[in-house]
Amino acid sequence: MTTKMFGEPIARVEDDRLVRGHGAYLDDLGHDALAAAFVRSPHAHAEVLDIDVTGALEVEGLLAIYTYEDLPDRLAEPLPLLIPHPSLTHGRTQYALARDVVNHVGEPIVMVVARDRYLAEDAAERIIVSYRPLPAVVGIDAARAAEHLVHPDVPGNVAANMMQRVGDVDAALRNAPHVLELDLSIERSASTPMEGRGVLARWDPESHRLRLWTSTQTSTGVRAAVAAKLGLALVDVDVITPDVGGGFGVKIMHPWPEEVLVPWSAQLLGQPVKFVEDRREHFISSAHERAQQHHVRVGFDDEGQLLGLDVRFWHDHGAYIPYGLIVPIITSTQLVGPYKPGAYRVEFDSLYTNTVIVTPYRGAGRPQGVFVMERTMDAIAAELGLDRTVVRERNFIRPDEMPYDHGLVFQDGRPLIYDSGDYPTSLEKLKKLVGWDDFAAVRDAARAEGRRVGIGLACYVEGTGVGPYEGGHVVVEPSGKVKVATGLTSQGQGHQTVFAQIVADELGVPMADIEVVTGDTRRFGYAVGTFASRAAVMSGSAIHLAARAAREKALKVAADALEADPDDLEIVDGIVRVVGVPGAEISLGTVAVLSNPLRYAFDDAAKAATQFAVGDTGKPPVPEDEEPGIEGRDYFSPMQSTFASGMHAVVVETDPDTAEIKILRYCVVHDCGLLINPRIVEGQIHGGVAQGVGGALYERMAYDEAGQLQNASFMDFLMPYVSEVPERIEIDHLETPSPLNPLGIKGAGEAGVIPGAAAFAAAIEDAEGFPITAMPISPSELFELRRLHSKGLST
Amino acid sequence: MKPSPFGYSRPASVDEALSTLAAHGSNAKVLAGGQSLLPILSMRLAAPHHLVDINRLTELDYVRLDASTVRVGALARHARVLADTAARVAQPLLAQALRLVAHATIRNRGTTVGSIVHADPSGEMTAVLALLGGSVRVASKSAHRDVPADEFFLGALESAVAPGELALEASFPVLGPRSGTAFVEVSRRQGDYAVCGVGALVELDGDGALSSARTAYLSVSATPLVLDVSEAGEDFAAAAALAHEQVDPEADIHATADYRRHLAGVLTERALRAAHAGAVERSAHG
Amino acid sequence: MADEEHFDVQLVVNGAAHNVRVPARRLLSDCIRHDLRLTGTHVGCEHGVCGACTVLVDGVAMRSCLLLAVSVDGSRITTVEGLTERDGTLSPVQQAFEDCHGLQCGFCTPGFLTTITAGLRTNPDPTQDEARDLIGGNLCRCTGYQNIVKSVLRAAEIERERAAP
Repeated sequence: MTTKMFGEPIARVEDDRLVRGHGAYLDDLGHDALAAAFVRSPHAHAEVLDIDVTGALEVEGLLAIYTYEDLPDRLAEPLPLLIPHPSLTHGRTQYALARDVVNHVGEPIVMVVARDRYLAEDAAERIIVSYRPLPAVVGIDAARAAEHLVHPDVPGNVAANMMQRVGDVDAALRNAPHVLELDLSIERSASTPMEGRGVLARWDPESHRLRLWTSTQTSTGVRAAVAAKLGLALVDVDVITPDVGGGFGVKIMHPWPEEVLVPWSAQLLGQPVKFVEDRREHFISSAHERAQQHHVRVGFDDEGQLLGLDVRFWHDHGAYIPYGLIVPIITSTQLVGPYKPGAYRVEFDSLYTNTVIVTPYRGAGRPQGVFVMERTMDAIAAELGLDRTVVRERNFIRPDEMPYDHGLVFQDGRPLIYDSGDYPTSLEKLKKLVGWDDFAAVRDAARAEGRRVGIGLACYVEGTGVGPYEGGHVVVEPSGKVKVATGLTSQGQGHQTVFAQIVADELGVPMADIEVVTGDTRRFGYAVGTFASRAAVMSGSAIHLAARAAREKALKVAADALEADPDDLEIVDGIVRVVGVPGAEISLGTVAVLSNPLRYAFDDAAKAATQFAVGDTGKPPVPEDEEPGIEGRDYFSPMQSTFASGMHAVVVETDPDTAEIKILRYCVVHDCGLLINPRIVEGQIHGGVAQGVGGALYERMAYDEAGQLQNASFMDFLMPYVSEVPERIEIDHLETPSPLNPLGIKGAGEAGVIPGAAAFAAAIEDAEGFPITAMPISPSELFELRRLHSKGLST
Repeated sequence: MKPSPFGYSRPASVDEALSTLAAHGSNAKVLAGGQSLLPILSMRLAAPHHLVDINRLTELDYVRLDASTVRVGALARHARVLADTAARVAQPLLAQALRLVAHATIRNRGTTVGSIVHADPSGEMTAVLALLGGSVRVASKSAHRDVPADEFFLGALESAVAPGELALEASFPVLGPRSGTAFVEVSRRQGDYAVCGVGALVELDGDGALSSARTAYLSVSATPLVLDVSEAGEDFAAAAALAHEQVDPEADIHATADYRRHLAGVLTERALRAAHAGAVERSAHG
Repeated sequence: MADEEHFDVQLVVNGAAHNVRVPARRLLSDCIRHDLRLTGTHVGCEHGVCGACTVLVDGVAMRSCLLLAVSVDGSRITTVEGLTERDGTLSPVQQAFEDCHGLQCGFCTPGFLTTITAGLRTNPDPTQDEARDLIGGNLCRCTGYQNIVKSVLRAAEIERERAAP
């Protein structure tokens, strides 16, 4: 009997290659390619007056220099606004190379192509650009004040104002026994994968075809964008995603200027061209996220039951808004978390600033929303003198209220309806795991020793597996090996493993015989991409359906060969056999051979399928309505997202003298429906939690008033090392299956990061005894807060 | 992030190195461990015309000890100095500070003398040299000179090593019999440059009473700041208050000036306490 | 601009001698990756902070992005590709990463593998704290380090299992 693979914590099939150093990431390809480098704006806001390239011309090995003036037709237009929205009234996007104005430090102005990157940088350094600096708009306060405008034709720096409401929030607040107001803010951070962006293009002038490798989260998106910009047919563009060294959201943005410029120059020069972003470029020319300010008014009764919630917030989206309003819409809708907010109104402005663009980073607006809601819950508990878990418990949506319709419109344009979840049980599990009820004693004991410890918790609900669709293709080779393809891409999530697990169960083949390819348009041309914790739900379900179709076909062909009823067949270890009839069996590979009626025999196995060997001469060799081959292709396109959920609790100790913040415990209860591979899910949680720690305690984009990013290096952008993450992340799972897909799964990719800032703020507040309303927080800031609250000055 | 082009020579002897440096003058830069230099080159924040690579000068790869001094040659990597048991016993502050210098992999290549010459106000070894009152032996084609610590650091990232010169050796006085040292710091992440760091040297008299206490500070001034806080005696809180008063740090993206000043106080007390404990223990075994 | 002066450099990488001719500014990381085409060594920051490019130079872990190829002329270099046993068996550290789900995207992994390999030679039986310390200078954005620490301990165990008669 083949072991059931779904649910097994098996080791990953990806790893053997990667631990040997045989991975193939973008810069591991195209050793013969020319190298691109860019002259980027040193100003946050400036007019470009003149570009003098004379000095660069003497650089040995220089091949080309391009400015905006050189760009033809569609390449000279602004890059696409990917996700339009009726509320996005003033959408502006950048040019592939700046035309006459630059709007953030790092915006590309000149492209240089040379024999290698050293020489390309030599040439770029010698190009002199003259600027007339303009006043920079940096930060939400400056954007709102609008003393200066980022784009002169966008009044107030406002790209969009959007409001959603359920019920009469003004009346609810008017009548509420208690009303609190809070101001809560989160600063900028970024995905910061270990591998930056990169693109390699090879143009074949003979076949007029373009082959593009890019470190992306959407190969089909890049293909469509590049084909459109270069005026090529989709079928003449292959986009291949090689191994990708992490994405975390930033690589879903496309097309980057470099993604269209590199293939264009490869076409012009007739040679492969490669761009590999360096770390400084990644900081100043890829995307950031998270910066938002929120004002909350909340009304509640004596029991802590929410009556009305009114949230106004301001979202800093940077210099351009190519990815639309996805992040603030997610904040707006996911803010409500596992709670019934009573009457709810949420309104936001999406604001231009002279800083790097904002596109989703793991969590995508949820960490901010959860921070707002959970800080609000804690404030209510404090106001009423109730335990923080009690207030949450009283506002939870109950399991018997599922599916629960919030009356809001989610990021996919569809109603926000939770499909399933059991929040009270999650909270019980978390309280038990962290020892919530005993913590007061722990805190008191520590205080008696002069130590400050605190506990915090935060709950979230995450819409995962958003549409519109993904597809899967499964084919059984004559060798019996199974080849699987799906269009979305992988950046380390272990898709090859979990998708193979799904196929192994359906087709009854060993894992070793299954190979999964992702993100290669040559293998699967229809896809959306990897974001929003959607890969397992969307491609997993599609591949499951495709594998089922292949199985049905295999059983039919095998039934003919074995002269049995398909219902009496099973597939075990790659052999189709008649249940209960020893010896009545045929290998899947042979079935694949038989499924493809042949004229020519190319090996012994194929002989069995040739025209003098098989077939009923009274029927067409391929029956009507059927196709040759054991192959399945199917798509999964659900009505709406699934909703995963979870709760984190953290225990911190703050140093009374140095204000350093130490993590003592980190506990997670997580519900992503049924687990395909628990080991991989836990790995996703670990990584998310570490990013949550970074976002809460270490990482921020430190812009000065002039719009210079002061910490554009790993020296000063403080991504956690092992020394900064909890020694142990304690995890408990709850599995409430989703009714929305055949596997009962929900997404797990982003969850770990979402409640981090909220949970840490709560724990620090608990340890210190004053409110924490802005994250991230550093020891220096905690020290200043202590002074503000006249506490803890030891010297 | 690739360096600009530069000329390169790799002398086989100190004499050859000095001749090369003399020939290139201020256009040349010495490459020892390169752990601070290479990032600067790759970010094109500096573009020397010529690099003189001293990694073949194995005669400078030493840690030597005599009755009064630990001498560290210009090619001795941090890791080697840190692992030198005799040096650690003779002057414990070396190891106490070196374990805080970046991460192990950087210490495998970076040199102690190089980090002193780099004169980064947040570099631990600059503070160590200053606190102990050590010196640096500097050579040019025509002369050798010993520069005492208090004349060696001229400003942030600026040392007394002139164009055409090469630092050959740093000397650290060994620890006295009734003395103790400590080095403590607060950094954002482990291995980062310190937000503030304090080294302390405490000496006791024959009766076990504190006779001298000095502290040195990281990241609060352009050149290593050394304070004599002996007057506070064993009242380390008072010493901390003295430090708090005397440091005048600047703010950056990681810390406000006030927080740094506060840390200088807190860490002064911690460092003195630990150094004093060390002195007491050393006296007892003495 | 005249062509840059080039230097002959000999490197013995994973046991094989290579002669390359490079300008002085050629970083060892680029030399290994692009001149020798051993692309297992990755470059994550090029300023010495992330550790992805860590290789062993004469057995000692160093950042290859902070070394000039010309400066290590004559050295023995071990990259991730050289950790695998001659018969293709994964080294204990490589095997441990596979056993413990010690990697996700795999980009930083080679730097961890080389660092840990050198670290376990010095300390073959690390405690949990020592295991954390050993990887303290390498950045990973995927794993939260939990399973990398486990991998260090597991690698030590595999080493012992393999050494046992």
